[in-house]
Amino acid sequence: MLIRRPPDIPPSEITPESVYVDRRRFIATATAAAVGLLGAPLINRGSTLEGSGTQGLTDELTPFDDVTTYNNYYEFGTDKADPSRNATAFRTRPWTVEVAGEVAKPARYDFDDLLRPVKVEERVYRMRCVEAWSMVIPWMGFPLRTLIDRVQPTSRARYVEFTTLLDRDQMPGQRRDVLPWPYVEGLRMDEARHPLTILATGLYGKPLPNQNGAPLRLVVPWKYGFKGCKAIVRIRFTERQPMSTWNVMAPDEYGFYANVNPEVDHPRWSQARERRIGEFRRRPTLPFNGYADQVASLYGGLDLRRNF
Amino acid sequence: MIPRLVRRVAKPVVLLACLVPLGMIVADALLDRLPAEPIKDVTHRTGFWGLTFITITLAVTPLRRITRWNWVAGYRRMLGLIGFSYICVHFLIYLVLDQFFAWSYILEDIAERPYITVGFTGFVLLIPLAVTSTAAAVRRLGKKWVQLHSLIYVTALAGVVHFMWSQKADVRRPTIYGLVLIGLLAVRLIMRRRIVAGSQRSVIREAPTRDAQTHQTHRREQVPGLR
Repeated sequence: MLIRRPPDIPPSEITPESVYVDRRRFIATATAAAVGLLGAPLINRGSTLEGSGTQGLTDELTPFDDVTTYNNYYEFGTDKADPSRNATAFRTRPWTVEVAGEVAKPARYDFDDLLRPVKVEERVYRMRCVEAWSMVIPWMGFPLRTLIDRVQPTSRARYVEFTTLLDRDQMPGQRRDVLPWPYVEGLRMDEARHPLTILATGLYGKPLPNQNGAPLRLVVPWKYGFKGCKAIVRIRFTERQPMSTWNVMAPDEYGFYANVNPEVDHPRWSQARERRIGEFRRRPTLPFNGYADQVASLYGGLDLRRNF
Repeated sequence: MIPRLVRRVAKPVVLLACLVPLGMIVADALLDRLPAEPIKDVTHRTGFWGLTFITITLAVTPLRRITRWNWVAGYRRMLGLIGFSYICVHFLIYLVLDQFFAWSYILEDIAERPYITVGFTGFVLLIPLAVTSTAAAVRRLGKKWVQLHSLIYVTALAGVVHFMWSQKADVRRPTIYGLVLIGLLAVRLIMRRRIVAGSQRSVIREAPTRDAQTHQTHRREQVPGLR
């Protein structure tokens, strides 16, 4: 039975767009101060931004502009501004999603057919990047489990694997071997069926922008952002744990689980704190990105230090 | 007449040109053009330019040897100090804007994160070089000055490693800097071998910038064709 949980952040807590903290103005002011004072301590300890304190955490929506211009999507370039520039002409129709592997009904679905029976809803989730920054994004999407139920995995299916489109013509980043292409990610079946796990088709009430993974991307809010496979063309059910691209790339730095965990540092930087986009001071990172109540039970008996 | 004027104007012009990247960063900040993580952006940009100017500084002497443009030596100290300044700004941004004086995290970073350990070491090693960059220090230290200032190679190497290890996957830019550095080191070693095999006069050429500059100013005036 599906237990419908309310979105983690109730709409009543969403700040209107006009009230968003304008960090850039802050930086501009700080820079002006620095230019004026030249070397004098330029930050006034008392003047923290509204809602930027590390206590009494607030979750204001990250502005649309930041959500859509600051993207790790190496298929369109390794700079975070690259995807918004290089994905403008990316074609998301027609789009086919192949459902394969251990399922009763392997099939190739036209994207619009795939979406017809589902009810798209809004989910406001925190997104914690493995690089120690975070956003709050109002996704549009549907629980992955509704799709899983439709295609009926066999009893052998223990994992789900997601694959991004491979298209060097349209995805200029794939012309360089920065990562082994195509991008592949995976989830354990119980993670995939968890009600928080969604396939996103939009954000901010609009169709998903190309640079955010259009037309279909995975969102698993208690895991680091790189688990969110973008521009999905294949969903495969497997018996064995699928490989995941960053794990193959650097196994000591990126694990298969990739659950947000302030206790387990990335070998090269701390995961204890994060910078919320738009805020000045870093804030503490929460276990499972603040979704521990909902998901911690999935990992009883699992050594999270080892299975990072 | 004109060459003298050019010479007098050239140095401030070069100095201003070297400050253009800093000006662009400040302009981007003031005009609200920084990306979503503004602190990370300005940290990366100042670090990039610091390493760039250290690398350019290292290229001065090989360039002078190869082209016989002795006048370039007169720019070496200024370029080195500009590189040092960018790295200071880079470090201060980390200290103040990024970490906001969170000393425990800063110490943890320096002790436990290899790329920060290496970068910090490179920065610290630059400090004695900047301090002894005055003409008086050059005179006072004599031969030791050259030995001390060869530390800049360690800093440059540390800078490249710091840059390389800070990347997640795309190491194209740090690789280019590494290759340039290896190239400059190779030129240096070849030159040294020639000096050892060659005449005493070449050894004199190793003299620090300030002496070389005054020395060569005279020479240039006597030989009209030499620029």
